[in-house]
Amino acid sequence: MHIVETQSYTFAEPPHELKLKSGEKLGPITLAYETYGALNCDKSNAILLFHSLTGDAHAAFYHKGADKPGWWDSMIGPGKGFDTDKYFVICSNVIGGCKGSTGPASINPKTGLPFGLSFPFVTIEDMVAAQKHLIDHLEIKRLLCVSGGSMGGLQALTWATQYPDYVQSVIAIATNTRHTAQQIALHEVARQAIMSDPDWQDGDYYGKSIPARGLALARMIGHITYMSDKSMDEKFGRKLIAKERLGYDFSHDFEVENYLKYRSGNFVQRFDANSYLYISKALDYFDMSAEKKLTDIFSRAKAHFLVISFTSDWLYPSYQSKEMVRALKANDLDVSDIEINSSYGHDAFLVEVEGQQKLITHFLSRIQKGAAHVSRGR
Amino acid sequence: MIKPQQQIRFDHQIILEWVRAHAKVLDLGCGDGTLLGLLIRKKDCHGTGIEINEHAVYQCIEAGLTVSHVDIDTGLIDYSNKRFDYVILNESLQEVLHPRQVILEALRVGRKVIVGIPNFCHIRARLQIFFQGRVPVTPELPYQWYDTPNLRFLSLQDFRHFCSNNDIRILKEVGVAGNKIVQLQPNLFAHTGLYLLEK
Repeated sequence: MHIVETQSYTFAEPPHELKLKSGEKLGPITLAYETYGALNCDKSNAILLFHSLTGDAHAAFYHKGADKPGWWDSMIGPGKGFDTDKYFVICSNVIGGCKGSTGPASINPKTGLPFGLSFPFVTIEDMVAAQKHLIDHLEIKRLLCVSGGSMGGLQALTWATQYPDYVQSVIAIATNTRHTAQQIALHEVARQAIMSDPDWQDGDYYGKSIPARGLALARMIGHITYMSDKSMDEKFGRKLIAKERLGYDFSHDFEVENYLKYRSGNFVQRFDANSYLYISKALDYFDMSAEKKLTDIFSRAKAHFLVISFTSDWLYPSYQSKEMVRALKANDLDVSDIEINSSYGHDAFLVEVEGQQKLITHFLSRIQKGAAHVSRGR
Repeated sequence: MIKPQQQIRFDHQIILEWVRAHAKVLDLGCGDGTLLGLLIRKKDCHGTGIEINEHAVYQCIEAGLTVSHVDIDTGLIDYSNKRFDYVILNESLQEVLHPRQVILEALRVGRKVIVGIPNFCHIRARLQIFFQGRVPVTPELPYQWYDTPNLRFLSLQDFRHFCSNNDIRILKEVGVAGNKIVQLQPNLFAHTGLYLLEK
């Protein structure tokens, strides 16, 4: 059993704060990260991974004494897709989060109190800018690959365009280049759930009772969007909870109700409501084509791309990946893409291990050999 | 992953001869990537494939190839003009919905286009139609009418007409039967036709 510890790096001490997209400044900043495998002597085997909205830096292996491994342990480790015998794998947390990095629950050095809503708004671009400090600190000049699913994919794409010389390849999974109205709407319902909880107290609830009901509701909505009609039907159907017949009251009848309650109950123990607000807003603000056409944005990129989407993912539908692939192809970039047939919805990126394992293994080994078969056309 | 040395298919041998070294190629309907892999290994080409079958896309990526999981009818629109030296449509044209548009698009994104088509007017097929009065099923065209993937039925003669009607120049043409080039009456004796086109 591989044991790992979360590490952290602190930077942007005043007066060298990180200037955020909103115009505000943030510093000092602590970023949590984990690493797996070993960096080779020419530092050419580093892979940077990113997590989704409610994930953390603990992507693989076990924390001491833990009975569960990190969230992407199926894909990271010896002989797995991100093979730690070959690659030095880094997973970075994000600013605005609550899992060891500076976020709204951190102490504001100016006041000695938790930031709460005085925490500045952060964007995906800001998260990536903070991660760049970490990569510089690790003295890595070139990443063999950046990869992530969902929000992790947004960070990977941002790395490829914001720091093109650092990124040799991108594996973008179940992701897109701009948040759409449906995605924003679903997030807004989740945010309203949190903010309408009386315990939320305009974000000033630290040291008091947390807005658990609102956050649990937000998580329930999230869970529904991560599954599909088919996967829910297969998993729960209309199965009743230890009941012979319907109760004709408002207690829980169905297993699916119990599942949502159980999962959201776990979630409120491990995640900060304000972080959910800030990070979901960062996702909603994400639009690579806000100022320029997508094809112009990707003209900066130099990486090789592997774009993976799933047939039943209605949160980040395949057509959005295909738009991304179009823009990449229009720039004569080397891009492979696949729409994997799966009934697991958005969750497929974590569940469909076997197929992705093959794709990632072989894509990375081609990138590492430098045997990319399409060179830039100009 | 390099497969053990196998006999290279005869049509692939001809395409390997036609394509110049170091060229940029796009293989439409590349299947498991056999031809694309050969072009890369034997001719040092840079290449990418387009393939609609998910299983075949996995095979391509496992073979270290670049491949896009999209159908040929819509997959060409993304590429800029003359982006490739060669666009290859081997054994896939008869399965596309809009062959004319696909060939014209292929000629837009490629300087040259290589097309391989099955000859539906081979003598054996003609005899079956004439004597049995049935739609032909031959070793080269093994499908029954109700389960064929082929949407288009054409002969070498038909393809030549198509090219001349669309101002497409045929630079090279070869009729193939088994492992031989058919010199005499290819429209009668060739199972497949291979064309090198330019516009």
